[in-house]
Amino acid sequence: MPRPVALDGCEFDMTQVVLTDLTKKYLGATAPAVDRLNLECESGRLHALLGPSGCGKTTTMKMIAGLLKPNSGDIAFDGASVLHTPAERRGAVMVFQNYLLFPYMSVGENVGFGLKMRGVDKQTIRRRVAEMLELVRLPGIEARRPKQLSGGQQQRVALARALIVQPKVLLLDEPLSNLDAHLRDEMRELIRTIQQQMNITTIFVTHDQEEAVVLADRIALMFDGVLHQVDAPQRFYDGPVSARVARFFGGANFLPGQMHNGQFESRLGCFAVGQGAVLNGPALLTIRPEAIQLCAAESGSQQKNHLPGRIISRLYTGANTRVKVQVNEFTLTVIADPHAVDAARTGDMVTLYLAPERLWTLPIESP
Amino acid sequence: MTNQTRLTHLLRWLALSALLFWLLLPLIPLLIWSFAFRWPFPLLLPESWSLRAWQIAFSARSGMLAALWNSLVIAVAVTLVSMLVSIPAGRAMGMHRFRGKRVVEFLLLAPTIVPPLAVVLGIHVLFIRYGLADTRLGVMLVHLSPIMPYAVLVMAGVFANYNPEYEEQARSLGAGPLRTFWYVTLPAIFPGMMVAGLFAFLISWSQYITTLLIGGGFIKTLPILLFAVAGANDTALTAAISIIFVIPALLLLLLTARYLTGEDAAAGGFGRV
Ligand SMILES: Nc1ncnc2c1ncn2[C@@H]1O[C@H](COP(=O)(O)OP(=O)(O)OP(=O)(O)O)[C@@H](O)[C@H]1O
Ligand SMILES: [Mg+2]
Repeated sequence: MPRPVALDGCEFDMTQVVLTDLTKKYLGATAPAVDRLNLECESGRLHALLGPSGCGKTTTMKMIAGLLKPNSGDIAFDGASVLHTPAERRGAVMVFQNYLLFPYMSVGENVGFGLKMRGVDKQTIRRRVAEMLELVRLPGIEARRPKQLSGGQQQRVALARALIVQPKVLLLDEPLSNLDAHLRDEMRELIRTIQQQMNITTIFVTHDQEEAVVLADRIALMFDGVLHQVDAPQRFYDGPVSARVARFFGGANFLPGQMHNGQFESRLGCFAVGQGAVLNGPALLTIRPEAIQLCAAESGSQQKNHLPGRIISRLYTGANTRVKVQVNEFTLTVIADPHAVDAARTGDMVTLYLAPERLWTLPIESP
Repeated sequence: MTNQTRLTHLLRWLALSALLFWLLLPLIPLLIWSFAFRWPFPLLLPESWSLRAWQIAFSARSGMLAALWNSLVIAVAVTLVSMLVSIPAGRAMGMHRFRGKRVVEFLLLAPTIVPPLAVVLGIHVLFIRYGLADTRLGVMLVHLSPIMPYAVLVMAGVFANYNPEYEEQARSLGAGPLRTFWYVTLPAIFPGMMVAGLFAFLISWSQYITTLLIGGGFIKTLPILLFAVAGANDTALTAAISIIFVIPALLLLLLTARYLTGEDAAAGGFGRV
């Protein structure tokens, strides 16, 4: 249901976006760049389209924006197909990765471009441009040239230029990837604030899972043009649908075995697990590195969910320490508090505790 | 203005002045000749001066004004047509890969390799059949043959350096195809168009053989007139008409000089931004 939201005198229609079996195959390509993608983006929410480089994120965004024609499938805004609406009337505005500010226009002309195309009078344009530049925290820079701005400033001007037309859907292609770490935090916060203020349906592309987790209400994860999982960020940590998804989110430990009567049986023994995805039969136990507790060797490795092991390497990364522990023929990666493992040395014997509620089982993937 | 930019400005002015000097130098003897009345051999300057040559040049009898007009109309029309064709053609050549591109490239360059006389003789036969011989339209068409390779190659260079995502950005912000071209594509390719246009104009302006053969002597342009006058042994008149012939080309070169060098250079496109 579209519902206008008031903000400084401008109104936004909240728009729901539904992609159905969306497919794009480039001319001469062997495999489709986007393959039967089904996705529903709730209105007024911030969605991340996540995936490694070349998985078809930009292709998907361009199709939603109307800049690229899909081979098959449908795109609907609020239940009505927009497949035959040209880009300029679709109301889905895309912000490109490299800003693309028109170089021979001033910042003010750049930001006002969309309104000029809509035939808005000069007076109103000038006022709205000032408002938008204020919104992205760059007040009063109308007269400057894009060349005179830093990357972060250009990115914000590009954002203002998109927001000024009150888009139904805002599409951000890698909005943060060209910025340095400090600017990235600032921009991330700005996007989040503006998105929440305006309740504008937003899809942003990223290849950085951490960024997706921090920013998005929901994440859609893609590999090779295929959507693998759409969920709330937390679910990618406690309920990945496949080892590949788990790995993309930093999962490192996978143990093959069998689920039997709610227990996981493997070469390393029997484990109590929380509610997993697999009830009975062959399964893959995923243990997140931060879910393993390192204990002293003598603290009873005979107890349930405890494993004896030997430290084979440790790597201090500042906030935490990554420890590799050999358990029989398996190597498990553990992320530990640096202080807790201060005394542990390579070669020391330790006991690992795997908390049942943090274990997750997956069906064995057919190779 | 910083010292740096002041220096580059100075250097650019120096370069431009040197270029002008080089171009104008040969005009000085022509200028003297055009005002000379009697100039016996060993003298460094004429013995007596007169406006006779210029008066004849601008009289209706000489046909100079008609020829100037003819040359202008033909060169402007040919320039416009070559632009209309070379923008889409250059875009295809510079931005897209397609089957048979090499062949198209070769065909485009062919007129620059084959002797023009051979081309024109071939075209002449066809033009007689289609009633284009001895017409202004026929002359315009034949001028396009040496022009198109250069015009398309310049525009292909511009588009090779061009990022079409700017157009997508404009579309996404609500500009239709026409306004996208006007507000986004055109400003980006404008310097390149100026250069291609300059080439087109100058090539058409200086055509002699093609105009003579296809125009059959009926279409009198400045070069045709110039050759006729030069044959008549009136050095002063020849000099005056030569100057009239060179001036429009020089003016055009000056007007477009900024697109040939420096920040507005034709190769700019969007590539350098
Ligand atoms: N115009 C095109 N013609 C042919 N193939 C293309 C074209 N654009 C993209 N591709 C291919 O389609 C696939 C998906 O490209 P896309 O740009 O959508 O990926 P992406 O997820 O945005 O990657 P990145 O994170 O690197 O930007 C890639 O394999 C790419 O090589
Ligand atoms: Mg991309």
